[in-house]
Formats: sequence, C-alpha cells, structure tokens
Amino acid sequence: MADEQSKDTPEQAAFRQKAKAWIADNQPAEPPVRLPLTPLEIMTEEQLAYLQAWQKAAYDAGLVGCDYPVEVGGGGMTDCQRVANEEMMRARTPYMPNVIGLGMAAPTVFYHGQEELKQRLLPRLFSGEDIWCQGFSEPGAGSDLASVQTFAERKGDKWVINGHKVWTSLAHFAEWMIILLRTDRSVKHDGLSYFVVPIRSALGKGVTVRPLIKITGETGFNEVIFEDLEVDDTFRLDELGKGWQVAMTTLLHERGAGELVTPRSGGMSNKSSHNTSAAALIKLARATARNGATAADDPLLRDRIMQQVIREAGMAGNQRRSRVTALQDNPMRLPLQNKLLMSEIAQDTAGLAMDIEGAASSLYLADPNAPDGGQWPMAYMNSFGFTIAAGTSEVQRNILGERVLGMAKSK
Amino acid sequence: MSQPDDFGFTEEAALLKSSAQKFFSEHFTADKLHALVAADPSPDRAPTVQWDQALWQQMVDLGWSLLAVPEEQGGVGMPLVGVAGLVEELGKAGFPCPLLATLSASYVLAACGDAGHSALEDIAAGETATLALTNASGSWSPADTGVTASDGRLDGTAYFVQDAGKVSRLLVCARSQQGLDLYWVAANAPGLEVHQDAIVDLTRDQAHVVFKGVEAQWVGGAAESVMDAAFPAIWTLHAADMVGAGEWQLQTTVEYANQRQQFDHPLGFFQAVKHPLVNVMIAIDQAKSLVYNAACAVDCEPGKAAQAAHMAQASASDMAAFASSRSVQCHGGIGFTWECFVHLFFKRQKHSEMLWGDAAWHRARLAEILIDAAA
Repeated sequence: MADEQSKDTPEQAAFRQKAKAWIADNQPAEPPVRLPLTPLEIMTEEQLAYLQAWQKAAYDAGLVGCDYPVEVGGGGMTDCQRVANEEMMRARTPYMPNVIGLGMAAPTVFYHGQEELKQRLLPRLFSGEDIWCQGFSEPGAGSDLASVQTFAERKGDKWVINGHKVWTSLAHFAEWMIILLRTDRSVKHDGLSYFVVPIRSALGKGVTVRPLIKITGETGFNEVIFEDLEVDDTFRLDELGKGWQVAMTTLLHERGAGELVTPRSGGMSNKSSHNTSAAALIKLARATARNGATAADDPLLRDRIMQQVIREAGMAGNQRRSRVTALQDNPMRLPLQNKLLMSEIAQDTAGLAMDIEGAASSLYLADPNAPDGGQWPMAYMNSFGFTIAAGTSEVQRNILGERVLGMAKSK
Repeated sequence: MSQPDDFGFTEEAALLKSSAQKFFSEHFTADKLHALVAADPSPDRAPTVQWDQALWQQMVDLGWSLLAVPEEQGGVGMPLVGVAGLVEELGKAGFPCPLLATLSASYVLAACGDAGHSALEDIAAGETATLALTNASGSWSPADTGVTASDGRLDGTAYFVQDAGKVSRLLVCARSQQGLDLYWVAANAPGLEVHQDAIVDLTRDQAHVVFKGVEAQWVGGAAESVMDAAFPAIWTLHAADMVGAGEWQLQTTVEYANQRQQFDHPLGFFQAVKHPLVNVMIAIDQAKSLVYNAACAVDCEPGKAAQAAHMAQASASDMAAFASSRSVQCHGGIGFTWECFVHLFFKRQKHSEMLWGDAAWHRARLAEILIDAAA
C-alpha cells in the first residue's frame, strides 16, 4: 500500500512515531451504544459523551490541531495533521464529534478572527469540549447562499440578531455557531458579515433550537431561531461586509480544498459501524439468493457492482494523484471534485444495494429479517443529505464548470 | 513489493511527459492532423495509410519507440508509469504513428523470456511492430487466433491489426501442434499480404493480414500466459491514449462553449451544457487516476496489475464514448461537419473504445477476479 512514511520530514517522522505509539496504547473501548454513520447524526448525550471523550484524549495527545500555532491551542507543527490523520485512519479510531468545528469553524476563525477570540475559542474547539455548528442555510437561502436574510442590526458596540437558520447539524449540542448574517439589505454579497454566536448559553435568551426530523426518521439536525439575540462586536470575523469572502474560507475547507488540513479520524472496525463501500456490495450479493443462484451470479448486477468498484477506486486514485503535481494541470481540479464524487458514489452504492436485496430492501431497521440490519435503505435515504448539503451536486457542478473549466457563471 | 504513493512518477517521467507535450504542440496541432488525414471526406474513399513519417522519425530519434525495451536488449526499460505519461500526450495529439503498437509488442516480447530478446533488439535498433492475434469475429483472446504455424511457417488470416501499414514487423500469435506460439515476422516477408480495411477512424490504419506459408521466427511458446503477463501494460497504455484524446475533446469543447454566444450568453453559461462537460471532466479524471494506478501496479505490484488495468480500460472506454458524444453535441451544427476538428477525435475514440476489449468485457473479467476468484 501507499508508503507515506518514506516522504516524511524529520519533524513528521518523529511525530508519526509518537502518534503511532500513543494510538496503540489508547485505542478506545467499544462504544456502549450504537453509533450513527457520521457525526452529523449524533442523536443522544450518550453517543456524544463517548465520542467527546475520544476527541479530548486525542487532542491532549497532540493529534488534533497539530498545524495551528501553540498560542491558539494548536501543536505548532508543520504539515503534521496529515500524519496524525493517516495514523488515526489506519488504526480505525472513532470519528470525532466536533466535525463542523474542526473542518469549518476552526480555519475560518483562525484566518479571520481577532487574536483574543482565537485564543478563547480554538482550544475548547480542538478538544471537543465545545461543539460547533454552522448557520448558513435559511428557509429562503439554500443553494443561493448569498440571499440570506437573518439580520444583525448595530446597537452601540453590540449587534442584535433576528432570523431563522435551518438544516443546522449538531445545533442541539452546540456551544457556538459560525453564522452568515445580513448587515446591509441594499446590496447582496457585500451586505453580508460573518460572526460567531453563542448557542447553548443563549437558549431561551434569544436562541431557540428545534429538531428537524429527517427522511430516515432520525433527528440530528435542527432549525435555529434568533429573536433579538445580542452579541458583542468582537464576535465579528473580518470586516463588515466581508461575510461572503469569509464564507468562502469555510466552504473551501468544507470541501477539503483548504489550506489547513482537517483533523480526521474514523472507520471503527466494531460491529456498530456500517460498511457502505462497494466491497460490501459483493458480500451482500453473495448472500442474496436470486434466480436459483445468488445475486453475485447475475451478469447485470455483476456489471453494476463493478461500475461502483471502479468509481470508488477512481476516487481513491484521484486523491493519490492530487499529491503528484506533474499529473495535474490545475491544482483545484481534483480537490473540488471530492465532495461531489464521495456523495454521489455513496448514493449509487446504497441504491444498488437495494436493487441487489430485491424484495428484502423493503425491510427497515426494526425488522429482524432485514439484510445487513436494514442499513441499506437507511443509507440510501441518508445519502441525499450529502448530495444536497454543503452545496448541492448541481451547485458543485457549477463550481467545477466555472472555477476549473472557466465557463460563464450560471444563474 | 509495495506501491509508492506517487505512482513512482519520477522527475524523469515528468520530463518525458512535458517534452512530449511540447513536441506535439510545436509540431502537430489539430489543424495539421486535419490537413494530413482528412483531405478526402468521401465515405467511399479507398483505404490509405496517411502519416508524417519525418515527424515519426524524430520521435524514434528521441528514443520513444524503444522506451519499453529492457536495457539489456538496448532499450530504455522505462517504468510503465512514465510510458503512460508519454502515451497520454500522444492520445491528446492523435498523431498517427506505430508508437502504441510498438510499445505493446515490446511488452509481449519482454514477457517471452530469452526467445524474445533478438526481436527486442530489433525494436531497439529502430524497427516498429504491431500485434496480430485477433480473428475474424474480433475475439481478444489469443487462443482464438485464426493463424496456424507449422515448421516455422504461418498460414491463415489475422484481423483488426492496428497500424499494420506503418510497421516493419508483426508479432503474430499462431496455433501450432505444440500449442499457442508467438512469431516475429517482417511486414514485407514473401507470402504476407497486408489488406487495408476501410475504417471510420482517420488517425489510424487497420488491416487484415493474410499469411500464406510465411517463414517466421519463433519467439515464444505458451502464448496465453505470455499475453496474460503483457495485457495489463497494453490495456493501461491503450487507456492512457483514450485519456489524452478525452482531454483534447474536453478542452476543445469547453473553448467552444465559452466563445459561442446564443440567447445573449456563451453556451457554457447554460447548465444543460456546463454540467455534461463537467461530467466529462470527472470521467476523464477517474480514468486518468486509474491509468496511473494500473501503471504503478504493473511496475510495482504485478499481482494487482490485471485488476487495476481492467479498471483503467473499462473506465477509459466509457469515458471515450461519453466525451465523444458530448464533444459533437455541444459543438452544435458545426460539430456535425467535416470541417470541424472534433470528428477526428470522435472517430479515434470510437475506434479505441472497442480495441482490446470494450468496457463491459473488462468489467466481466474484473468481476471474475473480485467476485469469483476471491470467493
């Protein structure tokens, strides 16, 4: 397999040693409860507590925020987060619960926040003690993000916020939210400003969090209502009217194309985790009776399974190739495809699994006869969250067409 | 042996790729290709071999035709990953020449062991070659060859022989009493007749080759296992050629979509045009990554080479079909004409798609490895 270690700098090599040893000694015990597919579907305090304990331990061991400066709670190292991620992924440690904090809030606060704010917020973000959520989408602003209407009105050195954010994952556990607000209604993009706002401490005092129930029947995301929430001007990131530019920092990192590598961990081997890879399709097909043989003998299903295997291998190949400068003409071309590919391949794999199951794909989680515990219909429905959230697949294709292929901006 | 994370794509490989890119952009742009091969649009035109031999000689002088010949036989012995980079650029230029055929023959000869050495030395000395192993029904399985061998003489007909009108040697798969063997024969040998096929693709020539008691040099037995060893490299390079051609189709079509105005906007403004072209890019990138995956597997992990190469060619063939259809469709009315260059690459890709097994065939073989063999 890929031999990352051969390319390590001396700093990375020493760090890798340390990380490896620590993980070997501190692999967390099996979770006491069934964990959801991703951190975005954490529903209970019990699930959260298990995952928070893991993130805190990993942070204390120096595996989270490695490349951020020490002053803001980071490790002060150079390009070591990638190494930490490789080792955590290899060891299949649990995922981290503060996924929005690490992937989006941290780089945004780091690049655009005042020094004092960074020092106050980032250490508890990295440790997972403060869970973060993201307030971008609104009932009237989805793909057209720049049309957000939630308004911040200036009142002395304070701001008063009124409005309505939706699809807010983890808001029910969040201490803080990164939020895109309108501060000027006379211009579109230039009328936006970017803030961090308290959530949990402001509940009932200007903030209401209400769960939204997803297509799967799970909760996990929310709507958040602001009614005269007062926040300090020091919670503003960057200048007034620069909200759109700050939001681009967030989105770039969300899509895996940002400067700072997001701490990543995950892929537990225990029974509570799901395997939704194309390899799982082969296993499923072998176990499914069809026409006097198994689904793995059906030529059409074989062909479709191989198509998924190939797409998955191609995506992994893209990630490998994106690190070889000589094999790409445009450095954004592969990173900007990541989110689109990952979400669409997962969706098609789950959809194909249901076709393989045939009639049994009608059986859901609570049915004892459901193949693979009913995970495939669940995964299929859930997959639409990923092809819609963080810029729909249609928006992703606009971005690729415009930023990579240089085509005119679509309306 | 483990695979290097960077596919083993060294500075030397990068240099070869960028110098090939420079070579073709200086000497062989699409307008030159059109002038060279598309003078006669008549669907009834007689088959001809149209190529720029002087430019090909420059490529031979640069050493490109002997890259796959091992150093021991006077070649370069370049890892496949570097050769794939060159072939990608070749596909982007659509340059008619026997490079892909000669490289493919080199991999087969290299898998022949000692008996293949003298033929490899011929290639190192500047000879060119193509493979002749397909029967009249177009089977890619060497066991189905329509050529027989007896006492070192070949009889029968090989079909779908690529670039047969440009090469000086043929590497022939023939059935003998001992089994399946490989023979090395001069293209102008007595009793050997090259009958050019009338083909759609203007950037290649293709022939059926008739052997009537042709004296030939035996270069290897057990041809099925020899071909099994060589096929992954052949499929990978073939896919690399399609990837390069696909990139030409994408860039050319995007350029047109950015410039052509309708309804007061460039075509690319409309998502009905923009999104399919993004999908073409995604298909190209998948195929390209799989090509370098496969090349690296051939170089460093031969046990994984066949499955990786099946993935690369299945992906590249589907991409070639898709990129071709979109390149013509998105060019609109002009794309339907002979004067617009897109038809050159459209036809090359439609031809490539079927060579050495189409996408469904490769997926069926992949399924045998991943579903049946692993069961």
